[in-house]
Amino acid sequence: MTDDYHSRLRESATFPRHVIAEIQRAAREGIYDIRGFGAKRRVPDFDDLLFLGASMSRYPLEGYRETCDTSVTLGARFTKKPIELKIPITIAGMSFGALSAQAKEALGRGASAMGTSTTTGDGGMTPEERGHSDLLVYQYLPSRYGMNPDDLRKADAIEIVVGQGAKPGGGGMLLGMKISERVAGMRDLPEGIDQRSACRHPDWTGPDDLEIKINELREITDWQIPIYAKIGASRPYFDTALAVKSGADVVVLDGMQGGTAATQDVFIEHVGIPTLPAVRMAVDALKELDMHRKVQLIVSGGIRSGADVAKALALGADAVSIGTAALIALGDNSPEHEEEYRKLGTSAGYYDDWQDGKDPAGICTQDPELAARLDPELGGRRLANYLSCLTLETQTLARACGKSHVHNLEPEDLVALTVESAAMAGVPLAGTQWIPGSGY
Amino acid sequence: MQTIDVSVEGIRTLNQLLHTEDHTGAIEVQNPNGRHSIAVGATIPVDVTVNGHVGYYCAGMNQHANIQVNGNAGPGLAENMMSGQVRVTGDASQYCGATAHGGLLVVQGNAAARCGISMKGVDIVVGGNVGHMSAFMAQTGRLVICGDAGDALGDSIYEARIYVKGLVKSTGADCELKEMRDEHLEELTQLLAAANITEHSAKDFRRYGSARKLYHFNIDNANAY
Repeated sequence: MTDDYHSRLRESATFPRHVIAEIQRAAREGIYDIRGFGAKRRVPDFDDLLFLGASMSRYPLEGYRETCDTSVTLGARFTKKPIELKIPITIAGMSFGALSAQAKEALGRGASAMGTSTTTGDGGMTPEERGHSDLLVYQYLPSRYGMNPDDLRKADAIEIVVGQGAKPGGGGMLLGMKISERVAGMRDLPEGIDQRSACRHPDWTGPDDLEIKINELREITDWQIPIYAKIGASRPYFDTALAVKSGADVVVLDGMQGGTAATQDVFIEHVGIPTLPAVRMAVDALKELDMHRKVQLIVSGGIRSGADVAKALALGADAVSIGTAALIALGDNSPEHEEEYRKLGTSAGYYDDWQDGKDPAGICTQDPELAARLDPELGGRRLANYLSCLTLETQTLARACGKSHVHNLEPEDLVALTVESAAMAGVPLAGTQWIPGSGY
Repeated sequence: MQTIDVSVEGIRTLNQLLHTEDHTGAIEVQNPNGRHSIAVGATIPVDVTVNGHVGYYCAGMNQHANIQVNGNAGPGLAENMMSGQVRVTGDASQYCGATAHGGLLVVQGNAAARCGISMKGVDIVVGGNVGHMSAFMAQTGRLVICGDAGDALGDSIYEARIYVKGLVKSTGADCELKEMRDEHLEELTQLLAAANITEHSAKDFRRYGSARKLYHFNIDNANAY
């Protein structure tokens, strides 16, 4: 075909090729698309912010020389054993079931090597992940699959999951191809059936009940370990305030770019708000309650680089959490599997069918042959490398702003590139003093 | 017999004692006065008698203990119980036995909505009626209802078995009436005996369980969801 031929083709803005393909798929299959990964649409994010760096009125710290502390204490509000992290980056909750046992072990190895925590998911705690995670957060989910008091007491913290950024208001699903004998046994379900995880807790409703539930869990664990509340970003100002009121030690806030193992595409792309405004709204709530830095805020959803980490901290988060990026560090979407991605009708960099159990990288699968491809030691080393890189990048930016602790980063260090991100983050549009929505 | 007045000593004293591996001997709890989280997370095989009404989550996550409440219970009675026995002489509020994995829960009176929600192996015997959405998403275990059941019994049920003597207002998605075979009569007789509920005969009950039509996500079943 000639260039002239191409120049006459015009793609519709309303019906671009991926929309046409989805209509054709829906007409063929009669059911919504279920996939993994997170939101793929462009939303205002941390790339829309810039650090100002030091200048005449602020002096920087020497890179590689002067100390820039990255330690974080989580959950000292009520408990005897708060979590002490060496870096402000944790590993988000992902289930054994959605992930292979090897992948869970690799996450534990990588996180432990860097002095940070990893988190269980729907389906309970496996001995592999407990054994390889120095700090393990045990999720308390609506399904309560595998939930038992023995594991609860083995945990270093409990995370009550109210919602998830990829699907606030939605439960989980694990399709039959991933319900192996072991997964089924841990969840008290028949092998091979499609399995739903409930969207709301079976024995409490609303913040007043949550306060009673938190106290029950504290009684069961003898007030030893912190209790987090995880919320999907939809109404983060109110949800954060209510989590604090309910007695949570830590609020975990997951923006709409947060990943999922299996959710309807329409849910992933159209429910919840981006991480950028969510952080600012949650910090507003904490400050108004005089609980900022007393109840810690962990932010997740689309964290990819040290720049994202530093910007989240500057907006007031105490730490961040990564999920999708951690899987990519283990080997997800690696070009080395390109031939097999092609056979699955996709390509490295696009693969999102984490729900179907055929992951060539051996991460999102329960197939023993595929899972065996992931060496947990190597995967753990890659994750540790990645976490190290994120930490160094975060310190680089913090030192440039003259901060001896990454928590000293502040909104005053930031400007926004767009009017939208300025309004969402509550920082001035670059080159102006204007924060849209803050009045004149 | 050790007596703990929780209106004086608080629930912490009681719960800590129930987590003490070398404790033996029965415990009597006085003046619960509707307090929450009474006798939660027990790890030892002791008899606990609570004289009075209890609030939320009494006997939550119980392991091994034999807990009797002489009164009524608030929401979440014996939630996520693993083993042992819990008995309430009066009525129980919402979601009793929620997600419980094992043991025996006996409510001698009535149980409110969502009794046995998401149960994972527990046996529950209710002497009276149960409210709507009971055994919702029930996975395994047995629920015995000696009275009537409210709307949407066994909605989205997996492999749990439900026995009902009285009326069922309606069944939920994928829950259907099943044949009562000899093995079911036998297990129901044993359950009633274990619960010490003697005024009913197993042959007067009907069995409900999963039609297993929703086990695989299928567009042809979309109207059932």
